[in-house]
Amino acid sequence: MRRFLATLAATTFLTGAAAAATIYPIDRATILVGSPFDFKVEFSGVVKPEDVKITVNGQHYKAVFGKDLAFTEKEEKADASAVIVRGVTISDPGIYTVEATAGTETKRVVWDVYDTAATPKAKNIIFFLGDGLSVAHRTGARIMSKGVTEGKANGRLNMDMLDRMAFIGTSSVDSIAVDSANSMSAYMTGHKTSVNALGVYADRTPSSFDDPRVETIAEALRRQTGKSIGIVVTAEIEDATPAAVVSHTRRRADKAEIVEMIYNVKPDVVLGGGSAYFLPQATAGSKRKDDKDYIQLFKDAGYALATDKTELAAAAGSNQPKVLGLFHTGNMDVTLDREFLKKGTVSKFPNQPGLLEMTKVALDRLSKNPEGFFLMVEGSSVDKMSHPLDWDRSLFETIEFDKAIGLAREFAAKNPDTLIIATGDHTHGFSIIGTVDDEKPGTDMREKVGTYDKAGFPNYTDENGDGYPDKVDVTKRLAMFANNFPDYYETFRPHLDGPFVPAVQDENKKYIPNAAYKDIPGAVLRTGNIPKDGDTGVHAVDDVVLQAQGPGSEAFKGYLEESDVYRVLADVFALGKNQLGN
Amino acid sequence: MPDRRDCLRSIPPRVGRDARSFLTRRAVLGFVALAGFGIPAQAAEPLTFDELYAVQGVLGLKFTEKVKTLAGQPVTMKGFMAPPLKAEAKFFVLTEIPMALCPFCSSDADWPDNIVVVYLDEKQTFVQANAPIEVDGMLEYGSWTDPETGFVSLLRLRHAQFQTV
Repeated sequence: MRRFLATLAATTFLTGAAAAATIYPIDRATILVGSPFDFKVEFSGVVKPEDVKITVNGQHYKAVFGKDLAFTEKEEKADASAVIVRGVTISDPGIYTVEATAGTETKRVVWDVYDTAATPKAKNIIFFLGDGLSVAHRTGARIMSKGVTEGKANGRLNMDMLDRMAFIGTSSVDSIAVDSANSMSAYMTGHKTSVNALGVYADRTPSSFDDPRVETIAEALRRQTGKSIGIVVTAEIEDATPAAVVSHTRRRADKAEIVEMIYNVKPDVVLGGGSAYFLPQATAGSKRKDDKDYIQLFKDAGYALATDKTELAAAAGSNQPKVLGLFHTGNMDVTLDREFLKKGTVSKFPNQPGLLEMTKVALDRLSKNPEGFFLMVEGSSVDKMSHPLDWDRSLFETIEFDKAIGLAREFAAKNPDTLIIATGDHTHGFSIIGTVDDEKPGTDMREKVGTYDKAGFPNYTDENGDGYPDKVDVTKRLAMFANNFPDYYETFRPHLDGPFVPAVQDENKKYIPNAAYKDIPGAVLRTGNIPKDGDTGVHAVDDVVLQAQGPGSEAFKGYLEESDVYRVLADVFALGKNQLGN
Repeated sequence: MPDRRDCLRSIPPRVGRDARSFLTRRAVLGFVALAGFGIPAQAAEPLTFDELYAVQGVLGLKFTEKVKTLAGQPVTMKGFMAPPLKAEAKFFVLTEIPMALCPFCSSDADWPDNIVVVYLDEKQTFVQANAPIEVDGMLEYGSWTDPETGFVSLLRLRHAQFQTV
């Protein structure tokens, strides 16, 4: 490690003088030994092919990469040259210094190609990703679900019980900020990348499918192990987080193609929403622009299909080798609407399973494989309800997410060779500052906000012990606010009629406060502090807290980045060693 | 604007519905249509978003008998004009509720299932994004891809006219 850092320092001084080329994988990339990746150099101007010189640790590149490069004189929309070598693998771990020169241009990067343990430390990994999971979500879920008396929590969340933790820095190749695509991609490939990118470094050409690829964990598991793979989400199954387990595209919005990428990898259990991208375009409700019928293709590939809770139970017990559950054309409804208020689209999709039921089916199915499994479970709508500042719905999502972690802990108690990780992909600018008490005098809601000692305690109850408050619109509730927002009407109370829509677009494509909330008693206009083309609250750059238990979890400590977490996953599963045919 | 956020579907806000007289509006629009836009001189049949699909399930949507019966005939629908693809265009998307996100602007936003695409005879500059409107046009159903934009629609109003409610 010291040698790596020393080399890095030297690199920093050497580059920058001449016109800078760009090399992918980037400087300081950490690469799993033997994992395929695409190597690309983007020069800043047009260069002659005979002038291009690329060395790896001082040798001609071909001695290490084993393949010839492809030269492009002028890249589309770049007016500059590039070289690419697809599907490079490096079989010896170590520090690799890569230098590319052409004319006056030069660029040097250093990669750390790492090996893993020779034998797996755990048989199973359950990776819980709370999308947008911030500290306030955890605190709020704990207070709502368990309560607090005299400053002492009346109970613990399941994630509170995980043994080890680390702070995760989530910045992107192109920004200090991050989105769910490239954050999860870094967790699932070990490579940082740019906002909206999945399983690729974002190059400068317009196509979203030609960018230099890196290996996903699903591909690594198929290449090196006989483990089963499961993906369980409440979002569309082709949404950024689940897509990152298997996909390669510069643009997370390529959802029709992402379905094909899921199909190519064929995870053993796939549960979530997003059926519209599985239907051929001729079917009403389809969002595809071709005639491919992925429902039929998955069925033909041995998947039992489930479209609601009842069918999921049947599919769970079927003798089909794989399970595909699609429970909504788009994102599934959130817990507060699905189980309590019956708002959102619950009337159209009345029998959707929750994250808990889906996780249970996934664990039952995947654990049948003696080789073990990798299961990714996403609490998708922690984020999807935080963007529109709907904190009550977001906390109910956090509670449901936590209950799924509880299920995994029960599984791990019986199967101790299981590593459980619970983390987020980014945070939100969201805080709890006290309580809102309707019983306080007057009509000005601001004066009903209690802070410091005047906050006291909220009066949520959980008489039926289901972990959710019996009622969300109690008279004394959590005071929860965003630190960033478009112009909107703050109502100081839960939105019982359906998820909050704080702002709508006007004819100038600027977001204005949604007038639907203007006349709610006590509503006040908050003037936004983000650009007016921003529709909802944005991701925070703040660190994420990761927690873990089980074999290998001791690696989680201090400050890490998502790409470092992948290295732990690879090590725990010994992905540097081929275990097929063992 | 790049899509720097998680996919957030359009979700129903609470919107006070306009309870103004339907008949009066229809009469006015019917007259406009008759005057110059080739819609046959018969009263446009009112059609609501709730009357579009008999089944809205995971494996697809099924049109109602009413939609099938009214195909090729003038209908009138109330809804909201979604933020358009371009300021000046021949078509726009009619939604049941105002769009919180613009799927044309942001690559990770998605359209609701029950949109209706409104085709005008002439290009028009749109100014009333997310305003409640009433549209008259010839109903057409079935999957169709717009040759200029590649936009796929299931329900269309052709030769349409619209007015702010």
